[in-house]
Amino acid sequence: MLAVLIRQLRRILLTVLLGGLLGATLVRLGPGFGTDERELDNRLNAQSQQAIRAEHASENNVAVFYVRYLAGLVHGDLGFSRSLNRPVTELLKERLPLTLVSLAYGVAGGIAIGLGLALVTVSWRAAGSNFIPAFLSGLCLAIPAAVIALVFLWMGAGGRWAIALVVFPHVYRYAKNLLVSAYQSPHVLAAQAKGLSGLRVLFAHVVLPAVPQLAALGGISVTLAFGASIPIEVVSDSPGIGQLAWRAALERDLPLLINITILIALMTMIVNSLADLALAARRPVE
Amino acid sequence: MTRTQKFAIAVLAIVTLASLAAGWIAPSYSEQFREFISARPSAKFPLGTDELGRDRFARLLYGTRVSLLLAPAAALLSTLIAALLGGTAGYLGGRWERLVTSGIDLFLSLPWLFLLMAVRALMPLNTSPVTSVILTFLLLGCLGWASPARMVRAGTRTLANSDYLLQARASGIAPARLFWRHLLPNLKPILAAQFWISVPVFILSEANLSLLGLGVAEPLPSWGAMLRDLENYTAVLQNPWMLAPAILLIAVVSCLQLLLRTEEPLPC
Repeated sequence: MLAVLIRQLRRILLTVLLGGLLGATLVRLGPGFGTDERELDNRLNAQSQQAIRAEHASENNVAVFYVRYLAGLVHGDLGFSRSLNRPVTELLKERLPLTLVSLAYGVAGGIAIGLGLALVTVSWRAAGSNFIPAFLSGLCLAIPAAVIALVFLWMGAGGRWAIALVVFPHVYRYAKNLLVSAYQSPHVLAAQAKGLSGLRVLFAHVVLPAVPQLAALGGISVTLAFGASIPIEVVSDSPGIGQLAWRAALERDLPLLINITILIALMTMIVNSLADLALAARRPVE
Repeated sequence: MTRTQKFAIAVLAIVTLASLAAGWIAPSYSEQFREFISARPSAKFPLGTDELGRDRFARLLYGTRVSLLLAPAAALLSTLIAALLGGTAGYLGGRWERLVTSGIDLFLSLPWLFLLMAVRALMPLNTSPVTSVILTFLLLGCLGWASPARMVRAGTRTLANSDYLLQARASGIAPARLFWRHLLPNLKPILAAQFWISVPVFILSEANLSLLGLGVAEPLPSWGAMLRDLENYTAVLQNPWMLAPAILLIAVVSCLQLLLRTEEPLPC
């Protein structure tokens, strides 16, 4: 358990460092880096223009730029957004709660729908019982997240429920396959042979042992939900992190975009690590 | 092969043939008929025209061609990268494997669309339409390698420990020859599966990117670019044929998924 925890922490730290380096390199190499629109001001003399250029000179070296970026990161300074003319930390603080609330609703809704349908499919077992959930999940998998958001917008529903529809097909398929294979294990056959009721077999002998693997769904769902949040927040005009990332991409505000990407990677890795820890906690010690 | 899968193949074949024959069926996707602006469907324009007087049916056919030809090309690129990185990682092991695995973890921990947007923003946004198409699908191909690479690495590791490779190694066959002649050909089923899994993912990603204005640029049509018309709800209500690109996209992606599907039987 401790080894898993250390491994996960090492992985997260490595991701932040590597992601930060990649991000700093991308920002440094991005077109327009180091240029300042103040240089176009005709009122500035040569000395003033030189002084403005000198302000950016230290940023030309990627290594120096990266070290400064890391130092800023330690102090909670994520840089400055040129497009929105505000510190990145301030923007993230403002918009993150909204996205997190939407994600919480979306992920919870997606897991509830997916698990519910998987349980119905596995417990009912009548011919054709699989058809409607399989059709619905297949349909939702085939629709781009932005189109799902548009449909919700037309209906006047919130974007958070659109996230649920993006998450649910993946949960349904994974949970159904997991429960189907759990149903085929020998201990379930023995429980059925002993005459236990169908519901007891389902919940005590199929669902309960599969809980750690089902917990792993949380990690997958959060990654999916973050991905879906961009088109959904853009279409439904919800001022969250997804919409901010989109604006940053359109405005080529790389410092903002890179910081959002690292933040999202960090959050998904933490959730995935928690899911891995849940799995490790249930695994017998070798 | 089930009847549903045969039906899916038929639908895909018809759509692909129609898109390839777009030049004969509807010659121009960019010609603007100023006297037929926002026209309703007619014999001349089966899906009407858009606000610039362009034939929606022609744009749909050409857009289908863009998505249906370039998504497999991008999938092929990502599968090749996955075969190279995942295959060598599983075969060589050691530090190289750890490095590749860390790269896979890093790529998989980033939501796909965030990653695409971050890299797309680095590229010039005001590119020519043809460059934007190539750039979009090239990015999809270059960034979509992580998930297939994980499967290829796992497959290679299993194969690397197999008896026939042990015997080949004992016979003194050089490692490079072992990899190219004995290992890679046996990875074909995994690579083929990963290729077909990537195609619908890339089609949907292009649609999302283009709908957000970061994909294929006007006047070139693509499914994603055409879906932008749906943002005008009132226009969609009055002209339901504007839903045609969405319906076609959903139909094609569903057919691709039906082909991939291996249904596990429900317990008795």
